[in-house]
Amino acid sequence: MATVRVGIAESGVVLNPNSISTLGLGSCVGVTLYDERRKIGGMVHVMLPSTELAKGENFNRSKFADSAVPDLLNQMIKSGADQRRLVAKLAGGAQMFNLGNGTDPLLKIGARNVEACKKALAALKITIVAEDTGGSWGRTVELFCETGLLEVRAIGRTKTHI
Amino acid sequence: MTADPMMSDFHLDVLKEISNIGAGNAATSLSTLLGKAVDMKVSRVSPMPFNKITDYVGGAECTILTVFVRIEGGISGNMLFVIKIPDAQTLIRHMTGKTEDEGFSEMGLSVIHEVGNIMIGSYITALSDFLGFELNPSVPSLAMDMAGAILAFSLSEIGRSGDTAIVIDGALSVDGGPLSEEGGSHIFLLPDPESFGTIFQALGVAHHGDR
Repeated sequence: MATVRVGIAESGVVLNPNSISTLGLGSCVGVTLYDERRKIGGMVHVMLPSTELAKGENFNRSKFADSAVPDLLNQMIKSGADQRRLVAKLAGGAQMFNLGNGTDPLLKIGARNVEACKKALAALKITIVAEDTGGSWGRTVELFCETGLLEVRAIGRTKTHI
Repeated sequence: MTADPMMSDFHLDVLKEISNIGAGNAATSLSTLLGKAVDMKVSRVSPMPFNKITDYVGGAECTILTVFVRIEGGISGNMLFVIKIPDAQTLIRHMTGKTEDEGFSEMGLSVIHEVGNIMIGSYITALSDFLGFELNPSVPSLAMDMAGAILAFSLSEIGRSGDTAIVIDGALSVDGGPLSEEGGSHIFLLPDPESFGTIFQALGVAHHGDR
């Protein structure tokens, strides 16, 4: 079994028996898609909610929820997944610092990322079957293609599988 | 001007000088607080891809303590005082004489919070004087978590423009040596991309190297 590592604003798709993971999600959101019958798993590490925030024409589509989620779906389909069978899981979207009121809305980016990922999935009619989002702590996640389980690890917390 | 990986060496040197002034002032404040000689070595001013920045502080899953401040005003950006566990333990021992385990006491955490607050505050004061801008810092906030989680959040604003940030980094040393063998303490200035032009304009070097 090999583990594919996804960095900030990157995506990937893996086949059984492999897994795919991303380390240290803070305000970022890890979105995973899974086809249970063909055991295909995909993940994208979303950093910002909307391409409307992008400055300039050439931006990395894996960074923004509204472009990253549809692109991940296309990658999954190219790898042989069936859109009707896909289910999604989400993790991350924490608020890492408490900076008081009246600060830049970008500092509440975690909650906005989660909301935008949900909206993008709803638009594609993909059901969210599990999530571990919000709070104020970082998360490392790993999706196993064999089972479709998403392992969530955080400092000082018990490892969970959702 | 944006956080262009092709920013000239001359402009990177200008940023290094800014860092020398800011970090130097921060070191002086900490020195007063500790009653020991504190130096700040500017270890790096360079454009780095986001994923390299997390590697630079020890990897995305490395536990770090961070005091975070958002700056608005003449220029905008984020400042972080980042310290790894062994360095934080040494610093707390210097301050209180107490030895901390990896869990950290409330007291220990508030020492780091206060040290970060003072260092970032004096860095910003020096920066403000040097550039001639009013700079308004947010309330400093402390977190202990994975480096990836803290840094990616701190890079959100820069992420709107690209996948690379100009990292302006100073490393701390006390009594002539690093706090621990790992040398895991940093003070990062991460200006928003639009602010580089403003900085160079204020210093009269915006068009240096143009033809």
